[in-house]
Amino acid sequence: MTLSESPLDPTRAIFDQVLDSGLGWTHVLSPGQILRIVDLEGNQAVDTLFYNAEDETERYSAVDTVREQGNLYLSAGTRLLSTEGRVLCTIVADTCGRHDTLGGACAAESNQVRYAVEKRFMHSCRDTFLLTIATQTRHLSKRDLAANVNFFMNVPVTPEGKLTFEDGLSAPGRYVELRAEMPVRVLISNCPQLNNPCNGYDPTPIRLLIWNEV
Amino acid sequence: MSANERQESTPLLAEQLRGGQMWSRVLRRGQRLRLIDVEGGASVAALFYNADDPTERYNMPDTLKAQHIARLTAGFVLYSDMGRVLCSVVSDSVGWHDTITGHGNRAHGEAAFGNGSYQKLRNDFFKNTRDNFLVELGKYDLGKRDLVANVNFFVKVAADGEGRLSWVPRHSPAGAHVELRAELNTLVVLSNTPHPLDPSRSYAPKPVALEVRGGAPASPDDPCRRSRPENERGFRLTEAYFT
Repeated sequence: MTLSESPLDPTRAIFDQVLDSGLGWTHVLSPGQILRIVDLEGNQAVDTLFYNAEDETERYSAVDTVREQGNLYLSAGTRLLSTEGRVLCTIVADTCGRHDTLGGACAAESNQVRYAVEKRFMHSCRDTFLLTIATQTRHLSKRDLAANVNFFMNVPVTPEGKLTFEDGLSAPGRYVELRAEMPVRVLISNCPQLNNPCNGYDPTPIRLLIWNEV
Repeated sequence: MSANERQESTPLLAEQLRGGQMWSRVLRRGQRLRLIDVEGGASVAALFYNADDPTERYNMPDTLKAQHIARLTAGFVLYSDMGRVLCSVVSDSVGWHDTITGHGNRAHGEAAFGNGSYQKLRNDFFKNTRDNFLVELGKYDLGKRDLVANVNFFVKVAADGEGRLSWVPRHSPAGAHVELRAELNTLVVLSNTPHPLDPSRSYAPKPVALEVRGGAPASPDDPCRRSRPENERGFRLTEAYFT
């Protein structure tokens, strides 16, 4: 696991905002811009999707990304590939070390299956995604919500094909940085899941910073 | 033999999917689809949709996390994004079917096999999974936006303790089979085309036999349903959809 720090100075960021858990955010990055996601209090899962901002039918592909890099986990150097096999973003700095892309986003419906039928009322990432795309984008719908990245989330897979949700490897202040390699729409749900250790059972705020090309 | 057993044993449909070919069909709730790897070494990419509302489709992450698995075999089910079971894996002689490494496209095919155009090879031209999927999905007015992480039957790509992936050669022997039972009315789309991690450099996807049989949806004591409490709830939610 490789850790890689960033030289970027937060005082020079062109965007700097805290996003509480349970909220969504979407923003279009220009090529070369760098987005930093900071896990302010540790063990927070940040469910994230990426689209080619000029043609949103081209989107992040978890399976192409893991197959082409030959590894299930995302970390510094990972190129996030699109459904067309092109690079949407590159992870250019990472002080956490491992991020998931198999666990997907929580939803009211999958919470019912995983925990209890009565959990349908609980807030979920898919609810956040749906509200965010309905209010802040023009063309995206549920069809466009494919398998996402879960920054700071630890979902180990064993050689026997078992998958588990573990306490995160992250800690307060750890961050990941992405450089946009094309005009990229980023869609984030700061995960409100209360039923498993992906958030340490305590969803917390994240900080989002953007720098122009460096 | 009772009428029910006869229904179980006689295929409503039996056909062979040659290398390169694609296929689709709506399996009615309760119908079964058996795929047979005739010669060994087959690789069949598959997508699944609720035929009554195709915005509901196979969801790889929900399937894996509900069952704490990174592979598919008998006893597991394929979940949709709406918390319902599209299909159950009712029988499997292979033990591992992939769903985490996606499928190949034209660029993969050209890099692995060279130029295999229709102009040169007529109907033996080198088809690839993505193009096959787009053609077959197009017949249902579905397209790129509906192309999600697929299942790769007869394929195993294992991860080591560090997450490094490796293609497992000679994984599926001749005569191997896997059988699915539809729990929703399920549109199944198949493409019998090479997996992008298959190291073979000659274009020779293997034939696969398909058999569709009638049948009933999961009974209360069905092994897929009983395998874990998540699946019991998944089947309850699926049944509620039809009430």
